Amino acid sequence: MIQREKLSIEKSVPGRRGVRVLPASRPAADWLPERALRQHPPRLPEMSEFDVVRHYTRLSRLNFSLDTHFYPLGSCTMKYNPRANEAIAALDGFTAAHPSAPTRALQGTLEMAWRLEQMLCELTGLAAFTLQPAAGAQGELTGILLASAWHRSRRDHRRTEILVADSSHGTNPASATMGGFAVNTVASGADGRVNLAAIRAALGPQTALVMLTVPNTLGLFETTICEIAQAVHEAGALLYLDGANYNALMGLVRPADIGADILHFNVHKSFSTPHGGGGPGAGPVGVAAHLVPFLPLPRVIEKNGRYILKSSARKSIGRMRTCLGNVAVLLRGYAYLRSHDAVALRGIAEDAILNANYVRVKLSDLYPAAIDEPCMHECVLQTNPEQMRGVKTLDVAKRLLDYGFHAPTIYFPLIVPEALMIEPTETESRETLDAFVAAMRAIHAEAMTDPEQVQTAPHHLPVRRLDELAAARNPTVAWGATIP
Amino acid sequence: MYSPHTEAERTEMLQAIGVSSFDELLAQVPAALQRGPDNWPPALTEPELMAHARTLAAKNKPLVCFAGAGAQDHFIPAAVSSLLQRGEYLSAYTPYQAEASQGLLQAIYEFQSSICALTGMDAANASHYDGATALAAAAAAAARITGRKKILLPASLHPEWRTVLATYFKAKGEPWLEIVPCPRGGLELAEVQQRLDGTVAAVVVASPNFYGGLEDGPALAQLAHDSGALLISVFDPISLGLLEAPGVWGADMAVGEGQGLGNPLNGGGPYLGLFACKKAYLRHLPGRICGATTDAEGHRGFVLTLQAREQHIRRERAASNICSNEALCALVATIYLALMGPAGLRDVAELCVDKAHRLAEQLTQIPGYRLRFDRPFFNEFVLECPGSATRVRNALLKDGLLAGVPLGAFNSTMGNCLLVCVTESRSDEDLARFVAGIRKISP
Repeated sequence: MIQREKLSIEKSVPGRRGVRVLPASRPAADWLPERALRQHPPRLPEMSEFDVVRHYTRLSRLNFSLDTHFYPLGSCTMKYNPRANEAIAALDGFTAAHPSAPTRALQGTLEMAWRLEQMLCELTGLAAFTLQPAAGAQGELTGILLASAWHRSRRDHRRTEILVADSSHGTNPASATMGGFAVNTVASGADGRVNLAAIRAALGPQTALVMLTVPNTLGLFETTICEIAQAVHEAGALLYLDGANYNALMGLVRPADIGADILHFNVHKSFSTPHGGGGPGAGPVGVAAHLVPFLPLPRVIEKNGRYILKSSARKSIGRMRTCLGNVAVLLRGYAYLRSHDAVALRGIAEDAILNANYVRVKLSDLYPAAIDEPCMHECVLQTNPEQMRGVKTLDVAKRLLDYGFHAPTIYFPLIVPEALMIEPTETESRETLDAFVAAMRAIHAEAMTDPEQVQTAPHHLPVRRLDELAAARNPTVAWGATIP
Repeated sequence: MYSPHTEAERTEMLQAIGVSSFDELLAQVPAALQRGPDNWPPALTEPELMAHARTLAAKNKPLVCFAGAGAQDHFIPAAVSSLLQRGEYLSAYTPYQAEASQGLLQAIYEFQSSICALTGMDAANASHYDGATALAAAAAAAARITGRKKILLPASLHPEWRTVLATYFKAKGEPWLEIVPCPRGGLELAEVQQRLDGTVAAVVVASPNFYGGLEDGPALAQLAHDSGALLISVFDPISLGLLEAPGVWGADMAVGEGQGLGNPLNGGGPYLGLFACKKAYLRHLPGRICGATTDAEGHRGFVLTLQAREQHIRRERAASNICSNEALCALVATIYLALMGPAGLRDVAELCVDKAHRLAEQLTQIPGYRLRFDRPFFNEFVLECPGSATRVRNALLKDGLLAGVPLGAFNSTMGNCLLVCVTESRSDEDLARFVAGIRKISP
C-alpha cells in the first residue's frame, strides 16, 4: 500500500530526459533576438519516461475515484462513466480536428453538435441550445447575460436584480454578481421548498431573472413551480432553471412545460461524462424561442444535410469562450443519449429516485431527514451531535473514508445544519447501497461507544486529518525555490 | 441502461422503502408535468454506437495541420494519453475530501508549480476554462486590485479573446475595454503610452501575439507600472521553454492557453486556461488552488486552500463563479511537462521556431508571397498572398494540407493574409508539400 509519494521535483535528476526531440537545424538565437530568450531554464523536473509513468501511477493510487469507490456526493451526480463514450471521444477523426478548419473538413464534429442540440431541445421542449459554455457555472453566466440582453432589447433598464433561493448552489448568486446584478435571496419554507408567497413578494419591476433548481438541493420537487413560473412571467421577469439536478427529471419532465425560459445542463453530471478530478465539464444552455436571437456564437446550422457555422447575429451576446465548446465532452454526452431510448431515459430518473429513497429510508432513524417525505434523486440527512456524543457531520464524513466510501456532500445546502447530502445515482447496485448504509450505521454505533475514534478519523488513509487552517494562513502553492 | 437493477430488485427496494409502486415516490411531481420527449431515436447498442461514431469521425477530413490561432498541433507522448486513461484520475471528483484525494491534489500542486516555473510567477490556480476566459478573470481582478476601470487590449490579441472579454463585461458595464491599434502587427510604445492616463487598470500584452509576433514585454511593463497599471501577460507555454518568463520581465499576472501541453485539438475543446500571478495577488486568483499543509501527525499533505474566495462559501460576494475547471487537462499538462523537462521543452520550442522560420523563408521566395509584418515571431507568421488567402487555403486542402487560418474573417483589410503555424510535429516533408502546393497555384 502506498502511503505517500515525493514530489516530481524531488525525484528530479539533472540531465535525465523523458522524451527525446530531434535537434533543430539552427539554434533559436539565429532567428530570435537574444534579449527575448530566457536566461534560466524553468524549474521543471528532469525524469525518465518510466520515472514519470511510475510517479503518476503511484499518485493515482493515493486517490479515491468513482471507478474504485462509491461517491454519494449530493448535487454532483457521480454516475458511472461508460467506456464506449471514452473510446468514441478518442477516435482520431475527432481528436485531430482543428477548430479553425473550414466547415467542409469538420462535418463530423458539426453534425454531432447539431444532433446533440436537437436532442437537448427534444428532451427539454426548449427552442435552441448553445453548446459553448465550458461548465455549469459558465452556463449560468451565459443565461444571465442572455436575460440582460433580452431586457435591454426591450428598453427595460430597471431590471437590476436576480432572485435566488437560499438553498441554491453558490454559483447562482456568484454568477449573478458577475453579470452585474444585485442578488436577492428568497427564504425557503418549512417544507424545504421555495415559498411561493415569498417569491411573489420579492418580484417587482426590478426583477430580471429568477434562478431556481428543480428538484432543489434538498432533493425535493418544487411543487408550486408552475405557479412560480406564472408569477415570474407576470412580473416581466424570466425563469432560469439550474439543471444541476436534472438527473431526477431525465425523460420524466420537460423544463419548457414548467415554464423555464433558460436552463443549463451539466453534461458531466446528467449525461455521464467523467468529472476528471474537477473538470472538464460542459454546460449547454437552452432557451425558449424569444431568447434564441441572443444566443452566443458560433451556432451550428444545418442546410440540406450540410453543417455550417453561423458566426454573426445582430442580437447575439457575443462569445463565452473560444471555439464551439468542450467538444470532446459534448461528444461523450451525445453518445450517452444515443445509448438510451425514451423508456431507458426515464429509467435513469426512476432508478436515481429509487436509490435515493432507499438510502433515506434505511438511514433516517439514525440520521434524520431534513424534510421527512419521499425525495427525488438525493436526500438530505443530518447528524445530531447532541445525540451522537459530540460527533459532527465532518467527523462522519472523514470516518466514512476509512470504511472505503467517499463522503456525501456535507454542510450543504446551507439552510440545513449538519447536512449530509446523499445522491447515490442510478448506476449503483443495491449491494453497494446496503454496504454504505451499514457503514453509516456502524459509524453511528461507534459514536455512541467511542466518539474519539470517529472524531479523529481518518485512520487508514495515506494521511491523517489535514490542517486546512494552516494551509490558508500561510499559503504554499508552488515548489518555487524551496520545497515544503 | 447503465443501472444494475433487475425488476425483482426494484420491487424489493420499493417494498423496503414502504411504497407499493414507484408512482407513490413521484407524488410530488404534478401529473400534468410528467411527459418525456415526443420524438426520441431508438437506443443504439454499443456496436451500433461505435459504428455510428466512426461514421461521424470519418466525416472530419484528416489534414496536415498548419493552423494555429490559439490551438496548435503539438506532439503528444504516448505516456500522457496512457496515464490519462486511469480511472483513478478520470472518474474522480473535485478533491474536496483531501485525505481521500492526495494523488490528485499533489498532481495539482505539481501543475501549479510547473506553471509558476514556466512563467516566473509565485502562484497559479488549478486551471481555468481556456485562455480567453482566464484573461477575462485576470482583467476583472486587475480592476479590483487597482480600483481602476479601463483595460488596454492590443489589436494584436486574438480577436475571439477580445470578443470573450467584451461579452463578459457588457452586462456589468465594467471594466471598459480600449483597443490599442497594432497596424504593424504588434504594440507600439507610443500608442500605449498615450492611453495610460491614470484610469488604466491593466495593459494586456500577448507575446507571441495573435500574428505570432513577439512584443517588447519589458518596456511595456515599465510603461504600465509607471502609470500605476498592472501588466497582464498572455503567453504560449510551449514558447516559454525558450522565451524569457513574463514574471522575470515584469508581468504581474500571466494567463495563457495550455492546450499545446499534451491536449489534442479536439475540434475546439476541452482546452486549458492557465492563470499565474505574483504573490501579492494570490488572493485574487479565481477558482481552486491547492496548498501544502501537514496532517495530524506532521506529515506533508495537500488540500484545496483559500476557499473563502470561492462561490460555494462567498456566494454573491465571490469575485468569480467558477466551480468546475479543466482538471484533467491540467493533469495532462503536468505529465507532459514532467516528460519534457526543461531541456525537452526547450528542444520543442526551438524546433517550432526553426521550422516556422524555414517555412517562412521558403514561402517568401515565391513571387507574390511575403511576410505581412517584419517583427520577430515564434512559430506563427502572417503570410501575405497575391490573392485571397481563403482561396490559397482551399487550394491546399485538396493536397491534404490545412495551410493556415485566413484572416479576412477577423479583419477586412487582411483578406490576402494567411496565419500559418508550424509546430515540431510538422516534418520537413510536410514543409516541402506546403511549398510545392503554393508553387502549384502560383502563376
